[in-house]
Amino acid sequence: MTVMQIIFIITALVTLGAAMRVVTSERLVNAALWLVLALAGIAVLLILLEANFLAAVQVVVYIGAIAILLIFGIMLTRGVMDTSGPQANQNWWLAALVAGLLFAGLLTMFTQVPGLRRSPPEIHTAEGDLINTLGTALVDVNGFVLAFELASILLLAALVGAIVVARPAEPEEGGES
Amino acid sequence: MIPLWWYLALAAAIFCVGAYGVMARKNAVAILMGIELMLNAVILNLVAFWRYLDPAEVTGQAFAIMVYAVAASEAAVGLALIISIYRTRSTVAADEIDMMKW
Repeated sequence: MTVMQIIFIITALVTLGAAMRVVTSERLVNAALWLVLALAGIAVLLILLEANFLAAVQVVVYIGAIAILLIFGIMLTRGVMDTSGPQANQNWWLAALVAGLLFAGLLTMFTQVPGLRRSPPEIHTAEGDLINTLGTALVDVNGFVLAFELASILLLAALVGAIVVARPAEPEEGGES
Repeated sequence: MIPLWWYLALAAAIFCVGAYGVMARKNAVAILMGIELMLNAVILNLVAFWRYLDPAEVTGQAFAIMVYAVAASEAAVGLALIISIYRTRSTVAADEIDMMKW
């Protein structure tokens, strides 16, 4: 057991436990806070994988934006679900069965794939070079410029769509909003 | 060193927990939280494969960034829909939102 392995196991257990609490918590605000812990655990794992830039993105985008957005959503709609009994529907055992079978199937599949016990190769480039390469590849015609543009258009469409959908309906004579 | 399959097994576990949340939770916001967990498992897988198979290329990281963009737009549009439904029908329970069912 190396230090890295011990760190990985502790982080994995915390992340998995927090994820379990996200889907089982009775109170939604608690579930959202457990979600923040799970996302932070993923950020630690990204640092273990030496993807430091993505770990920063994880903290900024997921914990800073998406989790806060979800908490806003819970706050805006609270009061309707807090008193209505259990938070899972009647078919929760079926969902648990499907999820368990999916996990077992994935694990069985991993035993068939060769090379899963290998050690990671050394990274020869410096950390700053890697981010440079990533940034250049995202706008490079031979790189990922199409994916980059698609993501930009998707974000723009989501921005406009969210405003249109969430805007309160106008009075009838004002026309369709 | 940490073997690759540890990361894959953890990502599979988080994905399945998120899938359970999507299938079993009543509240629409809780369903969105399950989806976020599943997307995070995908990101972990992409970055793990990038690190263990081909760290000289940036493909894995570039598509992890794509997943971040998709997750952000999905959360924004999903919450807008939930708030719109809450405003018109005063509920966020997924099994009560059935006006498109027949």
